[in-house]
Amino acid sequence: MTRQLPQDPIVRELVVQARRMQFSRRNILQGAGIGAGALALAACAPTSAGAPKPAEDISATDKTLTWSNWPAYIDEDDDGNYPTLVRFQDQTGISVEYKVDIDDNNTYYGTIKDQLALGQFTGADTFCLTEWMVARLIRFGYVQDLDAANIPNKKNLAPALLNPDFDPGRAKSLPWQNGFAGLAWNTEEIPAGIKSVDDLWKPALKGKVTVLSEMRDTMGILLLSQGVDISSEDWGTDEYQAAIAVLEENVASGQIFGIKGNEYMQDFVSGDAIAAIAWSGDITVLNAEAGYEKWKFALPETGGTLWGDTFVVPMGSPRKANAETLMNYYYEPEVAAEVAAWVNYITPVVGAKEVAAEKFPEVADNQLIFPDADTLSNAHIFRTLDSADDQAFNAEFQRVKLGA
Amino acid sequence: MAFAAFGSTAGPVEQAPRRRSWVALVLLLPGLAYLALFFLTPLVSLVLTSFQEPVEFGDVGQFQQAFKIENYATVIEAYWPHFLRAFGYAIVATIAALLIGYPLAYFIGVKCRSKPLLQAMLLTLVIAPFFISFLLRTLAWKQLMADDTPLVQALKSLSVLPADGHLTGTAFSVIFGLTYNFLPFMTLPIYTTLERLDTRYLEAGADLYASPATTFWKVTLPLSLPGIVSGTLLTFIPASGDYINASSSFLGSAQTQMVGNAIEANFLGLLNYPEAAALSVILMGLILVIVGIYVRRTGTEDLL
Repeated sequence: MTRQLPQDPIVRELVVQARRMQFSRRNILQGAGIGAGALALAACAPTSAGAPKPAEDISATDKTLTWSNWPAYIDEDDDGNYPTLVRFQDQTGISVEYKVDIDDNNTYYGTIKDQLALGQFTGADTFCLTEWMVARLIRFGYVQDLDAANIPNKKNLAPALLNPDFDPGRAKSLPWQNGFAGLAWNTEEIPAGIKSVDDLWKPALKGKVTVLSEMRDTMGILLLSQGVDISSEDWGTDEYQAAIAVLEENVASGQIFGIKGNEYMQDFVSGDAIAAIAWSGDITVLNAEAGYEKWKFALPETGGTLWGDTFVVPMGSPRKANAETLMNYYYEPEVAAEVAAWVNYITPVVGAKEVAAEKFPEVADNQLIFPDADTLSNAHIFRTLDSADDQAFNAEFQRVKLGA
Repeated sequence: MAFAAFGSTAGPVEQAPRRRSWVALVLLLPGLAYLALFFLTPLVSLVLTSFQEPVEFGDVGQFQQAFKIENYATVIEAYWPHFLRAFGYAIVATIAALLIGYPLAYFIGVKCRSKPLLQAMLLTLVIAPFFISFLLRTLAWKQLMADDTPLVQALKSLSVLPADGHLTGTAFSVIFGLTYNFLPFMTLPIYTTLERLDTRYLEAGADLYASPATTFWKVTLPLSLPGIVSGTLLTFIPASGDYINASSSFLGSAQTQMVGNAIEANFLGLLNYPEAAALSVILMGLILVIVGIYVRRTGTEDLL
């Protein structure tokens, strides 16, 4: 540190001062103190210690509720109001803050996970995440038991959805909407349509295909195309590797233009993509915006995936009874039909189809909203992965997504 | 210090106070507390996280403190192409921004000097993009460069692009996005140095029979070097850590992912905090080294 001092007087003065600061013992000690303080603060970051306990319920006195959900996932009028929710507030006197702040399961989980682990209020009394994530929340003990007595309309839940492997009898969760992932294409560019996953890899579609960034949807469809029953337990790493090899090959060759979330809708509109592994509701929305059936959605012959987004109440919420009142309301067939007709996804509520046939005949026959047994038999639920597989499969998927 | 030196054209030297006054210390306290709380603490936390290891038989996102230095080896092996791409793209974007920004700054700062109104308007235009969200502007470029647009169709009919070529999702579009988004950060510092350029030096150069080009190389460029150095730093540093432009949702594709995307994927997608932290620490270190070498090479001493 005995370099010659610079010529410029200001810099010279600065250097001299800087050196004086460096060699003062007190400053070194101060620096060490700050460093130690920082260390202590950094150590405050929560680590998972014991399962959190449910918060004391204050619903009887506090008639409010905060509900977080995904975009375009509830009926909305031209003024931006949510008609079914407005009626709920009038009926029950519970004022609901509806927050559209979920756009990705992992990201949402990443932002609230520390509060979840500590059993603190996360900013929402209830939220709707996808079932695989709900399975994780239940596994970690982050969500409260639902009181079936407060949700008499739970009897309207479709029987097929009552006993998922992660929550038998739906003790801690209740479905909000379900939907398909399958194949979508631009009918003007591809009049013949896309029937199977292999059709996506045709040379004519090079660079014009997108697939979903939701691992279970994209990989589920690829696994199904290789004859794997994704709902069953009898497949594992080998089958997954075979499917990821197909994905990797088509990403590397440029056949796949991108691995995306809802943004693939923009690529469809701009023409960058003309075929995709896509979500059923999105295509209905795109066609509504285009004004005619420009795009088509179908489950591949080998099968598509059926996913569900599900209500849960985190441990930190003190308004569980209010949340249960809300769930009960949305399990009335009239209300469920109204939501389904707007969001274009599959309602889990039995009886909604009959209501829709009367009130919304234009959607009652839509197989993507009110599928019959035949359609449903071609849609499969991705089995719940154990923690090790979950991490390994996700890591592989992200690796392909990041390219080399 | 390099930055402090840029402002050294000020007039008379003020005598630094000899005794440390309590007032100064008290005034400094909020700043120091702020730095400790919002810079030092996260930094320490980041470094600590980068050495964590997964809890045995633990679940997704569960890690415990350890000294697992292999995290660094793992991420370098897995993501070295992303580092190369990040610095490659950032360097090209910085050079492109310099080539565009310098003439722009020269025009506004020197040529428009006699017309203050025009000068103010042009400066506003340079800053104007900031009035709209960075994400929206990047999305707009994605739409403009999409396959069905007249631009891409024209390029294809001119055979600049092959018939099945794209603009979006290529290295070109990512570098374009970086250049576009960071151009004001390049232009403004250069403008501030050129704006104070004494044009009598240029006249003197002409009087001494130097050609305009020679005058530029020997007089204008050296005098504007502080602006160039800070402009390139303000462009290069954020560009090399950027993950928006290269993301598949914006201008990139799987072939154009930069190290920022790898960090994002590990933090948010995989909840693999130690590897994400290790990547961040390496990125920070590499930027420090590159910037250090650069500042030394451009010679802040020479500038003074």
